[in-house]
Amino acid sequence: MPGSAGRNGERRRVVLTGIGPVSPVGIGLDDFWGALVSGRSGISRIERFDTSDLPVHIAGEVKPFAPEDWVTPKEAKRTDRATHFAVAASKLAWKDAGEPSVDRARTGVFLSTGIGGLGSLLEQHRVFLDRGADRVSPFMVPMLMPNASAGHVAMAFGFTGPNECIVTACAAGAHAVGEAAMAIRDGMAEVCIAGGTEATILPLTVAGFAQMHALSRNPEPSTASRPFDRDRDGFVLSEGACCLVLEEAERAVGRGARIYAEVAGYGASADAYHITAPEPEGLGAIQAMLACLEDAGELPDAVDYVNAHGTSTQLNDAAETKAIKKALGDHAYRVAVSSTKSMTGHMLGAAGAVEAAVAALAIREGIIPPTVNLENPGDECDLDYVPKQARRTEVRLALSNSFGFGGQNAVLALRRFEP
Amino acid sequence: MDMAELQGKVCSILAENLSVPEDQVTPASRFQEDLDADSLDLVEAVLALEEEFGVSIPEEEMEGVKTVGQAIQLVAEKLGVAA
Repeated sequence: MPGSAGRNGERRRVVLTGIGPVSPVGIGLDDFWGALVSGRSGISRIERFDTSDLPVHIAGEVKPFAPEDWVTPKEAKRTDRATHFAVAASKLAWKDAGEPSVDRARTGVFLSTGIGGLGSLLEQHRVFLDRGADRVSPFMVPMLMPNASAGHVAMAFGFTGPNECIVTACAAGAHAVGEAAMAIRDGMAEVCIAGGTEATILPLTVAGFAQMHALSRNPEPSTASRPFDRDRDGFVLSEGACCLVLEEAERAVGRGARIYAEVAGYGASADAYHITAPEPEGLGAIQAMLACLEDAGELPDAVDYVNAHGTSTQLNDAAETKAIKKALGDHAYRVAVSSTKSMTGHMLGAAGAVEAAVAALAIREGIIPPTVNLENPGDECDLDYVPKQARRTEVRLALSNSFGFGGQNAVLALRRFEP
Repeated sequence: MDMAELQGKVCSILAENLSVPEDQVTPASRFQEDLDADSLDLVEAVLALEEEFGVSIPEEEMEGVKTVGQAIQLVAEKLGVAA
């Protein structure tokens, strides 16, 4: 019910007090946000390996990025690039939150990934094939485990509270933020670092996603990701991480923290339809959006901004548009909807956390980043997608949609914090 | 290769592999206490030594090896380098 405390009745509230992005458009909040509000793309030709035998030559690489800036040289060699990003993002977020003093046992880490340390796995697989079993590194397993990053972030800070890695493909980062918020609400933790990481720009993943016809074949880096546009032809593979610091609200107010927004609601669902294609009517997405609004105690009419999943695939953007219209009714036509994947590309397991940060920043700054490259809206795409240029406007309530391969959906509601 | 040369090589490989400054690795260095090397680090370091010197050091022979000096001795025996 509107104005009520949501599905749990009286409950603890959760606020967002720190943001640490490590992304193709920038590392750290200032560069990241500056790029998004000015509509700058982070997509370029792949530099990390030769793409001449691949069908796709562009991606959103994080560069320049030196692991040694964030972890010791020894750790750098014994951890995957996904963990380098995660540790960097966690340190940036923690610093942004003002490095609060915490009870370490009451501080958790919810750090997701879509895939995990695939690059490390492939390197060692090559060693195994070429040189045999007794040449395989003893660090292969701890480097490739999807949950390695959550473990390393806990070690970096000494946080011994709940520590989890939810693996739900492109929705993983959003699930991490949602589950961390629930852990704080339910009293399992007072503070959490929550987010996602991904480092899977590799020849094999480019090949695999391309075989699914999921990747854009557009050779022009800055215009390839064009969510909701008529000529969209797939997503652009990206990498990076984003961590958020979530805190129980009274605690955050008590220490005088800068509060970006309240994490007001979380809705999750499954399409139960197809392992990769979205349910065409957006039923799973609608269910998650409505569950999220109910959890936040808000009506659809109260939504000011939707940070769309908006991958730039034909299927997602059409189904998501339908879902927004079904979930928000006529109000859908009055809501600003934008896809920041038009600039970041698709950071897979990190995307949900990146986009929750964008929703919170839109509330705090009163600016909605645009959907760049939206020249001619697709046939079924008839909402206000904030094309090309950022918009200055007041945002009180924002939703962030994330939908994963596997049919897993997670929607977060960020709301201007009112004590 | 004489013993001094072997010693220098082993120390330098271990320094690189364990990410410690080369001047900190001496025959007296203890893997765990001085070089912060855990059991996985040690397996990785042995792989590097095997690679460099073309020898095989089975796990059971590494048992009881606590110092860099002992590791040098082990490699020396494999290569027939006299002390």
